[in-house]
Amino acid sequence: MHELGIVFYIIRDVKKVAEENQVAHVSKVVMEIGEVSTIVPDYLTDCWRWAADKEDLLRGAELECRIIPAVSFCGDCQQEFGTVEHGKICPHCGSGNTWLLHGNEVEIKEIEV
Amino acid sequence: MDEVKIIEIKKSIFADNDEDAALLRKELKQKGVYLLNLMSSPGSGKTTTLTRVINLLKDRIRIAVMEADIDSDVDAVKILQETGIASIQLHTGGMCHLDAEMTRQGLMGLDLDGVDLVILENVGNLVCPAEFDTGAVSNMMILSVPEGHDKPLKYPLMFSVCDLVVINKIDVLPYFDFDMDQCREYVLMRNPKARVLPICAKTGEGVEALAEELLSRVKAWKEE
Ligand SMILES: Nc1nc2c(ncn2[C@@H]2O[C@H](COP(=O)(O)OP(=O)(O)OP(=O)(O)O)[C@@H](O)[C@H]2O)c(=O)[nH]1
Ligand SMILES: [Mg+2]
Ligand SMILES: [Zn+2]
Repeated sequence: MHELGIVFYIIRDVKKVAEENQVAHVSKVVMEIGEVSTIVPDYLTDCWRWAADKEDLLRGAELECRIIPAVSFCGDCQQEFGTVEHGKICPHCGSGNTWLLHGNEVEIKEIEV
Repeated sequence: MDEVKIIEIKKSIFADNDEDAALLRKELKQKGVYLLNLMSSPGSGKTTTLTRVINLLKDRIRIAVMEADIDSDVDAVKILQETGIASIQLHTGGMCHLDAEMTRQGLMGLDLDGVDLVILENVGNLVCPAEFDTGAVSNMMILSVPEGHDKPLKYPLMFSVCDLVVINKIDVLPYFDFDMDQCREYVLMRNPKARVLPICAKTGEGVEALAEELLSRVKAWKEE
């Protein structure tokens, strides 16, 4: 249950921000989740519902997951390509010297209060 | 109507853990304690391998073990029975991995005086533990033959954070279509600096090479 663990981290971070900003109730948390981050957004929102409703600060708060597409970069031909579609091998030149530019994020973007 | 206010955060949920881990690593360096984080799928042979390695090394360096489990202490009991080395059991309370803070708490439960090497047996899982830096000096993983040689392709993050990959259960190679050369290639694709060591924890084959590798890593790190 990876997502439940992640939810506990989100709650911890949101609580900290709420305290710093003297917020009594949060109505929405917006996450940015990379396409290849290993997080399943549906599970994440399910776990969120269960855990968030146990906190006064977060009761009823919505969790929105915005998906960031995974994009890789090829070090040989200096071009970008879709990671999910092509994997590790560059579709432009066939090189394996490629790395992920983004798509691995698990970030709290913002909260609505 | 209540006014809706948006507070921008824009922060990775791994950021705090990465900071905790870096701090823990620094503190352990000052104490001269090498923390090794051992990861694998459930049942690939972590406890059996540890038992063997500890028995080869326990007269040469001081070792302590932390066993992370969702909720049991069979591994800690087994390590004590078979090596005489005290280990502590960390319960992750349902979490699928250990983070730096849990690791720190576990270390506080150990007597680190004079200890050279602490081995952390992480929760059996190839996904979550790879995402959380525990503060370890290095990450080792065990892949067992029945799991297949294509695991490095399926779990890229795990294989990119480990610089020591042990291939266990080589006694059953004749019964599986596990391709060792192919596996080595896939591992190096994920991490060109990784060392691959085939062993059989059951009979002890190859375990000596693993023990020597760990010993030399600990020594090299202490002299850094
Ligand atoms: N055939 C064979 N079996 C092995 C070998 N090493 C371990 N086993 C068996 O594999 C099973 C699991 O071994 P453990 O050492 O408990 O594995 P583990 O990774 O610690 O397991 P968890 O802590 O439950 O994730 C046991 O039945 C071991 O006897 C090996 O080299 N060959
Ligand atoms: Mg075990
Ligand atoms: Zn290219």
